[in-house]
Amino acid sequence: MDARRESEVALMKNRTMVERKSERELVVTRTFNGPARLVFEAWTKPELFRRWWVPKSMGMSLLSCEMDVRVGGRYRLEFAHGDSQAAFFGTYKEVTPHSRLVWTNEESDQGSVTTVTFAEKDGKTLLVMHELYPSKEALDAAGTGAADAMGETFGQLDELLVTLGASVGRS
Amino acid sequence: MVQYSQARFDASFAALSNATRRGVLEQLGRADASITDLAEKFRMTLTGMKKHVGVLEQAGLVTMEKVGRVRTCKLGPRRLDEEAAWIERYSQLWDARFDELDKVVEELKRKEKVDGRKKRE
Repeated sequence: MDARRESEVALMKNRTMVERKSERELVVTRTFNGPARLVFEAWTKPELFRRWWVPKSMGMSLLSCEMDVRVGGRYRLEFAHGDSQAAFFGTYKEVTPHSRLVWTNEESDQGSVTTVTFAEKDGKTLLVMHELYPSKEALDAAGTGAADAMGETFGQLDELLVTLGASVGRS
Repeated sequence: MVQYSQARFDASFAALSNATRRGVLEQLGRADASITDLAEKFRMTLTGMKKHVGVLEQAGLVTMEKVGRVRTCKLGPRRLDEEAAWIERYSQLWDARFDELDKVVEELKRKEKVDGRKKRE
């Protein structure tokens, strides 16, 4: 009974699914309550992108965000985490408005190729993000990196989301 | 990262890549259950649930015990803390990002509505 109620609650919020499809591939799936053109806009306009890519719970701040979203165009994100800084950069390989984005991650020779697709149905958008790593070890390390980034600060997230949710309100 | 046997690690990842199977493990963490129980709880056919349990069994995450005519599932001997933690943390990162992205999309939708109204006026 409890499990049933819990799964019903889980269904109400759009769930983020993470699947490790193979040793070198990771797939993240999520539905958004808006048309593909708006979701795509949020991924391709730096002023919108920077508002969600680095959630406060990561304990990092985004120092700069440059995105030249066209085939062959480059992006560069600079982060600060405490006293340390890190830069992530790469090249857009495919840009198909409202449906598909492909970019490389070039900060190391173990960087992944990221493909994001946007599929609209009934005013909602199914987003699938596929990451292909050059080796199993590179993907293992990426997960550990995410763990380090999220780890201890994650407990603050619920509180944060409640605050943000209250201030933004619902339409 | 601690070293694991690769085959073990990969089988566990495959088993854990599915939300229903993670739910089944959570459920079995609370109490043993028959496949019929599980199928009911997760609103699935018996055949569907058998498949999920089979994958978990192969990964060593679940064991089956036959008592009379009833087959009972229980958590297997394999510890899944590390594997589950890996996927979980990765999910948390994306979940947090996408919760923020929801807000951006909501705002764009509202803005479009307002702009559309202005155009019509």
